[in-house]
Amino acid sequence: MVSVKDFSNDIRPTWCPGCGDYGIWNALKRALVQAELTPQQVMLVSGIGCGSKISDYMTINGLHTLHGRALAVATGYKLANHGMKVICVHGDGDGYGMGANHMLHAVRRNIGIVDMVQNNHVYGLTKGQYSPTSRAGFRTKTSPHGALDRPVNPLALALSQGATFVARGFALDLKGLIELMVAALDHRGYALIDIMQPCVTFNKGMDYDWFSEHTYRVEDEGHDPSDRMAAMARAFEYPGGERIPLGLIYRTEEVPSYEEQVPTLAQGPLAAQPLRGRPTEAYRQLLDELA
Amino acid sequence: MPINDMTLRIGGEAGQGVESGGAGFAKALARSGLHLCGIPDYYSRIRGGHNFFTIRVGEAPVPATRDHVDLLIALTAETVARHLDCLSPGAAIIIDEAQPIDDDLRQARDLQLLRLPLLEIAKREGSEVMVNTAALAAAAAITELPLDAVMGVIAENFAKKGDEVVEANRRVAEAAFAAAQAALERPFSWKLQPIEAPKRVVINGNEAFALGALVAGCQFVAGYPMTPATSVLEYMATHADQWGLVVKHTESEIAAINMCIGAANAGVRAMAPTSGGGFDLMAEGLSLAGMTETPLVILLAGRPGPATGLATRTAQADLFLAMHAGHGEFPRVILAPHTPQGFYEAAIRAFNIAERYQLQVIVLSDQYVASGIWTVDADAFDLENVPIDRGKWLTATDLASMESYQRFAITEDGVSPRAVAGSDPKAVYLTTGNEHREDGHITEEAGITAAMTSKRLRKLEAARADMRGPIRYGPEDAAMTFVSWGSTYGALSEAVDALNRGGDSANLVHLVDLVPLPAEEVRAALASARKVVVVEGNAQGQLAQHLWAEAGIRADETLQKYDGRGFTADYILGNIGG
Repeated sequence: MVSVKDFSNDIRPTWCPGCGDYGIWNALKRALVQAELTPQQVMLVSGIGCGSKISDYMTINGLHTLHGRALAVATGYKLANHGMKVICVHGDGDGYGMGANHMLHAVRRNIGIVDMVQNNHVYGLTKGQYSPTSRAGFRTKTSPHGALDRPVNPLALALSQGATFVARGFALDLKGLIELMVAALDHRGYALIDIMQPCVTFNKGMDYDWFSEHTYRVEDEGHDPSDRMAAMARAFEYPGGERIPLGLIYRTEEVPSYEEQVPTLAQGPLAAQPLRGRPTEAYRQLLDELA
Repeated sequence: MPINDMTLRIGGEAGQGVESGGAGFAKALARSGLHLCGIPDYYSRIRGGHNFFTIRVGEAPVPATRDHVDLLIALTAETVARHLDCLSPGAAIIIDEAQPIDDDLRQARDLQLLRLPLLEIAKREGSEVMVNTAALAAAAAITELPLDAVMGVIAENFAKKGDEVVEANRRVAEAAFAAAQAALERPFSWKLQPIEAPKRVVINGNEAFALGALVAGCQFVAGYPMTPATSVLEYMATHADQWGLVVKHTESEIAAINMCIGAANAGVRAMAPTSGGGFDLMAEGLSLAGMTETPLVILLAGRPGPATGLATRTAQADLFLAMHAGHGEFPRVILAPHTPQGFYEAAIRAFNIAERYQLQVIVLSDQYVASGIWTVDADAFDLENVPIDRGKWLTATDLASMESYQRFAITEDGVSPRAVAGSDPKAVYLTTGNEHREDGHITEEAGITAAMTSKRLRKLEAARADMRGPIRYGPEDAAMTFVSWGSTYGALSEAVDALNRGGDSANLVHLVDLVPLPAEEVRAALASARKVVVVEGNAQGQLAQHLWAEAGIRADETLQKYDGRGFTADYILGNIGG
C-alpha cells in the first residue's frame, strides 16, 4: 500500500507560513493515496508561480513548465501516454490569464486531465500584482487606481464550453478538497477544480476568515451536480455575489474523453507502441501514392 | 527540334485549377518516364488574382526551372500579358478563343497562337470547371504527348468524384486534343515523348519531409495550419491511423510546441511543422525544451517578410530566427536540405540527432522547395530500412543495475542517459524549466548553475560530429566559388554549368548542415577558393554573417534576392559580378 510518505521528499517548500499551498499539497498527497496511485503512475504538470513548485516538494513524476502553458504540455503528455494519471496544477494568473486559451480548448476536448487551479486572486511570486480573478477595484502596484478589469468566472467559462467536471474546493477544507480530487481522478475527461486559497502576504483582504465567512457547500443546499443549468446558476454566484459555492458543481460521465476517440490510442498508450516494423505493403503504398 | 526538353507554364486565376491541373500534367509526364521540376507561383487568395505553375521537363533530373517558357497555357488573357516577355522564339500560347488577345503578337514575336474553343468544349462535353482539363489535353496534342498519358491521371484524380465526372473529363480531353491538333498551323518545335524509366515519384519538399518523419517513427505531430508548412500537418493526419500517430491540430503554435514537449517527455518522437510566424510563437517553448533537454523536431518552412509578409511566397530569411529564437543559452541543431530527397533524409536524421543529443533539431525549408515538385526514382527511398537511434536510452534492465537514477546526470559529452519518467519505479523524477540539480530538482546554487549550463552546451560540440560538410559541385578549381544553402542549389548548379560551358570557371560549395557549423569542413572546402560569392534568398546575408562568425570566412561578394520569388540560373547569371 502506498502512503503519504511515498509521495514526500525532504525538500522544504518555499511558501510563506500560512499559505494555502500547504493545504493543497497535503490534500493532493492524501488524494493520491486514497486513489491508490503510486508516484510512478502519475504525471504532475505545473506552470510557474509559488504553487506550481509543488512537484519539487514531492516524490512524483513532474513537468514544471512555463507560465500559462501547463495544460498544453499536459495535453501532449496525456495523448502520448494516456495510461498515466495526468494532473495539472497552476495558479489563477497562469491558468485563467496566460493559459485561459489552453483551458478553453482543454475543456471542449474533454482531455483526461485533472486541472487544479490555485486561485488566490493575486500574483504571489512576482509580489502582489492583481490577477485575472482579483475583484474589480483591487489596488496593487500594477493597478494603482484599483483593477479596472472585472474578474474571470472560471466555472461559468468551463461550463459554457461543455465541461464535464467542474468543482470548487477550499485550501483550508482538507476533507472536502481530497474528496473532490479523488472524484476528479476518477473522471472521464477534463476535470476542473478551482481552489480558493488565501495569499497571506499579498492579499490580506481575503484571508482565511474572509473565505470561511463567504463560502458555503452546495451539497448543503441540495444542489444536483448532474443539472447543468443549476450548475451554471451556482457558477454565477461568484464572482459577482458575496457567496462562494464550494463542492462538486457539475459532473457527467456521458461524454467520451478526447483520448478515447483517437483511433491510434485504441492500440494502447502511444509511448508503448513500436516506432517501426509496418507491413512491407504499407511502405510500398506510401510511394505508390506519390507515383 | 528539342525532344523532352522544354518548359511549359499554365496560368490563370485562383480557383481555375492552375495548381491541380499543373500537378496532374506533371504526374502524366513523370509516368511517361520524364523528369521534371514544377514550381507553383500563387497568391494568398482562394479566388481571382493570377496564379501560375511552371513545369520544366527533361530526360535527366531537372534541378530547377528556367526563366524562359516554350509553351504557355493561358486560362486568362492576363496570363498572356504577364508572361509574354519570357516566351522563347517559336513558343506557343494555348488560349480560349473567347479571351481577348492582341493578334499582332504572333508576327511580332514569332509565336504560335492557338485560340481554341476550350470553354465551349468543356461546357459541351462536361462542365465549365473542366476548362483546365481541355487546356492540358491541348498541350498534350501540340507536343505530341499521347493522350493516354493524360487520361490515366484524369481517371485517377477524379475517381473520387464518380464515374460520371471521370467520363466527362475524358470527353473534354479528347475533344480538346482533337481541336488542338486541327488548329496547329505548323509543327510545334518542342516534343514530349514517353521513354522507358524506373518507377518514379513526383514529390515536393513537404511530402518528402513528412515521408521521412513517418518512416523514422514520428508518433506525435502538433501544429497549426500555416503556409507553406500546412501540407506536412495534413500528410501526417492523413496517415495517422495506419502509421500509429497522434496528430493534433492545436489552438496555436504555442500549444503545438508545448504539446510536443509533453509528448516527447512521455518518450515518443514528436514534431511540430510551422512557418516563421508560428515559429515565433514557439520561441518560449523552444527555450523550455532546451532547458529540459527534450528531443524535438521542428520544421521551419520560411516565407518572406516580417509579420504576414507574402504568405504564399518564398524566402530564406529565417536562418537568424532559427539560430537565435528562445531566451537563454542552449544547444540546437539546424539542418537545411535542398531537395525532396534531402528533406526525406533530414527528417530521419533530425529525429535521431534530437534523441541522441536530447535537443531540438530545426529543419529549415522554404516555400520554393516545400511546394515545388520534382521527380525522384522511387528506389531512392529505402523506407523499410531507416536507421533509428534513440541515443542513451535506458531499459528496465539498465535501471535494475543502477542504485538510483539521475535524469540530468552530468556527463562528459553532456548527454545524460535517459529513462522516461514513469517507465520504471526508479525513473520517477522532476523535469523543470528552472535550473536544476542532476536529480531534476530546482536549485539556484551557483556551482550547479554553471555546471548545468556547460553540460547542456557540451552537447552542441558532441553534435558537431554528426554534422555534414558542404556539398561540392563543379570543377575543383575555379575563378568563382558560390556558397549557398537550402533551395538555391538547383539554380546554382545550373548557373555553374552554364558559366563553365561559356568559358568562365565557377564551382559551388553548398552547405547542408548549418548549426553547429561544420567549420573545419567548410574552411577546407573554401581553402582554395579565389572569389567567394555567397548567394542567398534574404536581404541581410544571413549565411554570409554566420560563415564569418563561425568559420572566419568573409564573402568577397554576395548575391541576395528578397522579392519573394525563387532563384533561377538565369537570374544568377544576369546578376553576378555587378
